[in-house]
Amino acid sequence: MAHELGSPVVVVRDVEKRFGNYTVLREVSLTVRRGETVCIIGPSGSGKSTLLRCINGLVPISSGSITVGGREVADAKLDVRALRRDVGIVFQQYNLFPHRTALDNVMMAPVIVLHQNPAEVRARAEALLAKVGLADKMASYPGELSGGQQQRVAIARSLAMNPKVMLFDEVTAALDPETKKEVLITIQALAAEGMTCILVTHEMGFARRVADHVYFTDGGVIVEHGTPEAIFSAPTQARTRDFLDKIL
Amino acid sequence: MTGPVVDLFTWINSRTGLNFSVFTDTYDGERFITGLITTVELSVLSMVLSVLLGLAGLWMLGAGGFWRALARGYVQLFRNTPPLVQLSFFYFALGGVLPTLTDSRGAQVPAVSGFGWAVLSFSLFAGAFNVEIFRSGVEAVPSAMIEAADSLGYTRLQLYRHVLVPLGLRICLPSLTNNMVNLVKTTTLAYAIGVPELLYAAAQIWSEVMNVREMMDLLLVVYIVLVALLVWLMERWERALRVPGYTP
Amino acid sequence: MTARPLAVLLPPRPEPTAPRLLAQTWLLAALVLALCAGTAWAQAVAQQTGRPGALAIMLRWAPLITSGFLLNVMVSVLAMALGTLLGLPLGLSLIARTRPLRLLGWGMTQFFRNVPWLVLLFYIMFLLPFELHLGGLVLPVPAWFKAVIGLALPVSANVAEIVRGGMQSIPEPQWSAADSLAFTRWQTISRIILPQALRRMLPPWMNLYAILTMATTLISVIGIQDGLTLTRAAIAAESRPELMVPMYIFLLLLFFAYCYPIARLTLALERRVQVRI
Repeated sequence: MAHELGSPVVVVRDVEKRFGNYTVLREVSLTVRRGETVCIIGPSGSGKSTLLRCINGLVPISSGSITVGGREVADAKLDVRALRRDVGIVFQQYNLFPHRTALDNVMMAPVIVLHQNPAEVRARAEALLAKVGLADKMASYPGELSGGQQQRVAIARSLAMNPKVMLFDEVTAALDPETKKEVLITIQALAAEGMTCILVTHEMGFARRVADHVYFTDGGVIVEHGTPEAIFSAPTQARTRDFLDKIL
Repeated sequence: MTGPVVDLFTWINSRTGLNFSVFTDTYDGERFITGLITTVELSVLSMVLSVLLGLAGLWMLGAGGFWRALARGYVQLFRNTPPLVQLSFFYFALGGVLPTLTDSRGAQVPAVSGFGWAVLSFSLFAGAFNVEIFRSGVEAVPSAMIEAADSLGYTRLQLYRHVLVPLGLRICLPSLTNNMVNLVKTTTLAYAIGVPELLYAAAQIWSEVMNVREMMDLLLVVYIVLVALLVWLMERWERALRVPGYTP
Repeated sequence: MTARPLAVLLPPRPEPTAPRLLAQTWLLAALVLALCAGTAWAQAVAQQTGRPGALAIMLRWAPLITSGFLLNVMVSVLAMALGTLLGLPLGLSLIARTRPLRLLGWGMTQFFRNVPWLVLLFYIMFLLPFELHLGGLVLPVPAWFKAVIGLALPVSANVAEIVRGGMQSIPEPQWSAADSLAFTRWQTISRIILPQALRRMLPPWMNLYAILTMATTLISVIGIQDGLTLTRAAIAAESRPELMVPMYIFLLLLFFAYCYPIARLTLALERRVQVRI
């Protein structure tokens, strides 16, 4: 995916995250520019999901700095809610609100949190659901939708907040191969439109096709990063090679 | 007082000696109906107040620090002492300490009536149970829902109002029904402080007409009907809240 | 970690809760005590007009009120025993295979569970004779005995529900397994299901006991000299309205000191049962 890359949106500098004595992230640094699609790959438990949660402030960092759109996430005076409006996140388990319809799920946050005009939000939500291919499922409850459909509603729900950057946390890990594809196509279309995306994923083929930049993490550190070509075709580190050999 | 009901009970009286004076005597009938209305008023007011108290307690438990300690103290104190002693304490002890007011005709009246104390006392008693019921309901909501709301920038109030309470309520509704049934049964305690509710009215009638057995039977039937009505309403509510594809 | 084989396979153990539990109990008890004593003391200071201090009066009446409270406890124990005795067969009838028996059990349980306890107490009080004639023998039926019966009836219905819930919580394969070993229905219930269900029935049963203990104050309404009646009598004898607050707090405290530990124990047992399932 070759776009014109813009100014940095997310800048992570020397971030450490410890849970008690256990260090999950160590000296992690990365920069994501406007319109860029970044994939983070690596074995389970290497701190990838924690890193995403640090970026939108769900998990506080122990040291270092993370800025999103020039805003310091670790700043105690930061308006966390303002940050989270700029950073959309989609989870592995969709986490839709089961008591509201698909349309309501998309509409709730803009109406409740941002106090936007419900009629305008409705129009936007309907357009978003149509865009993710669910125009006919707006009145359905999450429990009536397949995993892939729920995940696409979750994507639309995040997009409705007009975020500057979207985080995807292993969003296809719980899906079967059929529905996986629908979700990946949705994300690919989003990236092609110029949305800044950070994905934690195990879909290597997808990462190779869609990513502008790939980071390989292991044991809480970034082992290696570069273009998809460089990482997948000519990894320089033994750990990267081992990992790719095992799963490809 | 005429009509088929009067005829029926007059006939029963002549054949069996059973004297259901409530149906044959206008004065007794009125007293009984007034008692029934008082019981319903006591129940409904206490229910509404106790649910509000339960919600307030739930909110305080989540606030932490002093508020949490206060809510816990309230729950333990009211759950673990007899409701009749609580009522006596409020009505006799506190009511005795409170100054009296002068009404429009210049007579001295207590600041809070027996009915008022009864509502307050029953609400506090049932409210303590409601705090526990709501807490267990909200705790059963998956933490992923909280994370999703957080990542969309919900404030604590928005999180409770739009996610935790609607979902938690669906989970704890059977326990709430149970507690509300108990509350209706508890309203009979108001007899002890002379509030003319159903039991009090019945006792007045049986001590004048000497039809203890008949009034007792009637009381049992009326309370069973009241409780059945309440359970029916709560079950209807439960059905109305049911969401396709979601079992709380 | 020396004499513990296969340590890695042991599930993580929750920290024992007993010390914290005890601390909380005493903290709350001390709090209420302080409140009570403080009120009494304040009264005593305010009343330095030759009459005896409130604290002294409280101390004078405390033994009487406590003896009344002990009657509450006694009635609660007896009613619980009788209610459990009646509730067990009633609960078994709820899962009986004969439909009429099941319906009868269901009707009785629903009735006694949904009728106000106070109304039932009145019913038994007025409609049981005050003495029984057995041949030439005249047996008096004391009021406290009627109260025990009146309270045991709703207790039995609640015990029945607990028994049913406990038995139904035992997974179906246990029934099938017993069936396949040619156990009779009664053998299955008494040897396989009930022993397992008892542990799960204990916490709600204890909870019911605490509720019953608090409900025993209802017997004061029908004229039995329990803790509440005697508290009122003490207040009436002193005819000093400002004493009502500490007197009632003292009685509340007695019940709290008895019921709160039961509630904590119930909670602890509940957690243990949940962990084991």
